[in-house]
Amino acid sequence: MRDVAVIGVGMQKWGELWTKSLRDIFVESALLAIDDAGIDHIDSMYVGSMSSGLFSGQEHIGSVLTDYLGQKHIPGTRVESACASGGLAFRLAWMEVASGVSDIALAGGVEKMTDISGSDATYALATAADMDWEGIHGATFPGLYALMAVAHMNRYKTTREQLAMVAVKNHKHGAHNPRAQFPFPVTVEQVINSVKVADPLNILDCSPITDGAAAVILVPADMVSNFNKPGVKVIGSGHATDTISLCQREDLTELKAVELAAKRAYEMAGKKPEDIDFAEVHDCFTIAEIIVSESLGFFEAGGGGPAVEAGETDREGKIPINCSGGLKSKGHPVGATGIAQIVELTEQMRGDAGGRQVDNARIGLAQNMGGSGGSSVVHILEVM
Amino acid sequence: MRVGIIGYGAHIPRRRIKVEEIAKVWGADAPSYKKGLELKQKSVPALDEDTITLAVEAARNALKRSGGIDTRDIGAVYVGSESHPYAVKPSGVSVAEALGATPDCHCADFEFACKAGTEGMFVAYGLVKAGLIKYGLGIGADTSQGAPGDALEYSAAAGAAAFIMGADEDKLIATIDETFSWMTDTPDFWRREHKFYPEHGGRFTGEPAYFRTTKGAVNGILEKSGMKPEDFKFAVFHQPNGKFPKRVGKMLGFTPEQIEVGRVVPLLGNTYSAASPIGLTAILDVAEPGDRILMCSYGSGAGSDAFIYTVTERINEVRNLAPTTRWLLDENVMYLEYGEYAKYRRKIRMRGE
Amino acid sequence: MPPSRAWRDYPQRYRLEAARCKQCGKVFYPPRLVCDKCGARQFETFRLKDEGTLATYTIIRTPSQEFAEEAPFALGIVEIEDGVRLMAQVADVEFDELRVGMPVKLEFRRLFSEGSAGVIHYGHKAVPIRR
Repeated sequence: MRDVAVIGVGMQKWGELWTKSLRDIFVESALLAIDDAGIDHIDSMYVGSMSSGLFSGQEHIGSVLTDYLGQKHIPGTRVESACASGGLAFRLAWMEVASGVSDIALAGGVEKMTDISGSDATYALATAADMDWEGIHGATFPGLYALMAVAHMNRYKTTREQLAMVAVKNHKHGAHNPRAQFPFPVTVEQVINSVKVADPLNILDCSPITDGAAAVILVPADMVSNFNKPGVKVIGSGHATDTISLCQREDLTELKAVELAAKRAYEMAGKKPEDIDFAEVHDCFTIAEIIVSESLGFFEAGGGGPAVEAGETDREGKIPINCSGGLKSKGHPVGATGIAQIVELTEQMRGDAGGRQVDNARIGLAQNMGGSGGSSVVHILEVM
Repeated sequence: MRVGIIGYGAHIPRRRIKVEEIAKVWGADAPSYKKGLELKQKSVPALDEDTITLAVEAARNALKRSGGIDTRDIGAVYVGSESHPYAVKPSGVSVAEALGATPDCHCADFEFACKAGTEGMFVAYGLVKAGLIKYGLGIGADTSQGAPGDALEYSAAAGAAAFIMGADEDKLIATIDETFSWMTDTPDFWRREHKFYPEHGGRFTGEPAYFRTTKGAVNGILEKSGMKPEDFKFAVFHQPNGKFPKRVGKMLGFTPEQIEVGRVVPLLGNTYSAASPIGLTAILDVAEPGDRILMCSYGSGAGSDAFIYTVTERINEVRNLAPTTRWLLDENVMYLEYGEYAKYRRKIRMRGE
Repeated sequence: MPPSRAWRDYPQRYRLEAARCKQCGKVFYPPRLVCDKCGARQFETFRLKDEGTLATYTIIRTPSQEFAEEAPFALGIVEIEDGVRLMAQVADVEFDELRVGMPVKLEFRRLFSEGSAGVIHYGHKAVPIRR
């Protein structure tokens, strides 16, 4: 297996992009990545999309998007793992280059969520959960995470305010991100008083519905000097699944898929949680970031809440998390999120993160997650 | 061969609405309704409760009191109601499926205004007596509607009662000693297909309908059995309001004491097909071995089914194996305001309707 | 939900039928074809007890379409004795009564119906034990 590096990234502003179709959104970001890398062709393309079928009535986007990207005839693969589709697309592209099957691979992600009604979008997102045994009882996505939040708060005394502080922190970071959907700060009071969704979560605890795409270019590490930009090497990749239904999880306050994916990535990279300088994690809901920060080994079980309250995951903190603004402020076009995390890691490690820059960003971790934790993909990248 | 009840159970939704709450909205005089109907409040089914769900829970309580029969030995499941959830698709199969009585089981839905419950009981009893089935389940369950502002809105309530009929000597809780039914075509209360609310003939529902029919069945069963009102410890009649059962009881020669335990309507409302059946469960909850009970239902249209029961020793062993009707009436309650009530009863026109 | 898809699950929804692995005893609700603990493929069917405790709960205030008329409603994960957990709405409860560890009984209720013309789907909801 060869070492693989990221040498190009691209991402357009995210939001409600009324004038842009799924094809437009994807191609614009992919072209930015292609230009960033200074290449004119790619050997293979992986695109993460949770449900182009339900959101846009379009399946077969492996074909649609290689076509519209002007890269006809190359292998095009649509990857699905609910909200981890992007992270998994990146992993598969990495595998294809690492194995020698391809030299230049594009890993992208896209979701066009705003053409359908809010309730249809809610339904589409809900298909990431266990429809037959959770959905049928009226479980919504926020509802599943709320169930985890109540269990976590009951066991570890995590507070409502600590949950809100995750949103506050991520919006504070996102205010410096020109591509973020909601680049403005919020306060704890605003979060707690926003519209109730599923107790204890309010609307500002939840990531939004967003149109957006992101793309990165991967090449063998020893070819990096042929291209424009400094390479950022993939040193660890881990992927794990867990039960689809929350009910069958071993522990309602843990995310086993994240723990195992991280363990596999750390092992491959030869690194430990203390070695990570900064991370982009899947804050689909504020409680998710708290539990994930524990699953990744940054804090002990129950320590995630106090940590965010103490500022340890702020940009200047002990382990900066979500300096991009996270899903909360940046937006969450489902299939694109995992790729956008890689974009952020790369820009941070190139020193190009502007107002979001973490000092001494040498080793970064990206954690992407599907559904209520049914799948997770973790990548560790390092400056070359 | 003695045949009778080997298990009984009731189920009443938790929610209630008071007469005052309804009267307030329609500008009616609550005290005169309460006095005229002898009714304080009625039960209200939640959005997730219907005739089938109530029937299943009542049947489960009956199973508890049967001492645990194998549900595959239930040969018939009959649900009588005037609010079956489907116009075409029987409630009986859903209940039988939930209990595990399927597939070798006979199901039928009964309909005869408020007497549909006792019809199911009568037929289940008859099949056991004929030796065709081992156990038969007769259930009365309803979630009936009353038109807003109409007199019936104060009383149309929800509830269910289930009776398992059998002939096992060691399981009999009360024997059925006699039955008698009395029917005529009397258009006192009806509902046409596709209509949401029923219609009624006002005062015509009284003397020529309820009273004449009930008297016909009760006098018939007394004559047939050679008994007199004094021979009974308890009597339970159909109870569309608190006054009718008292008055018909008096007309027939029964005392207020005989009627009071079974007269559950003041705190419950009229549960239609479950009305006299729930009254019967309330009686069984306090009856002593040897007590004789007279039951007479009434269904508009019109007809009455009368039964004579004698309670056995076994009542003492089983009455507390499931929630008592008194507990369901007095303790398990949550009160609603009219707005919530209207939402639960789907009286509010939604988009697309 | 298509009628056939719902109908296949009636034994689980209507009678709480679960499967116990004949080899290691792990209980599955809903039943599986293969045991994820020991890999065996033989199970015996039995009915779950209808009582348990709330392992966690929430109140859904922004529902999905089919549940629009019921919102707000309480949703919980019920832990049944045999170590099995299942999801159910919590009915007949005041929201401020909800707590982790609350004893509940499973009662037969309507889950949802596809408008006023579609099939009605039945199952169980958790109701606080009050006696």
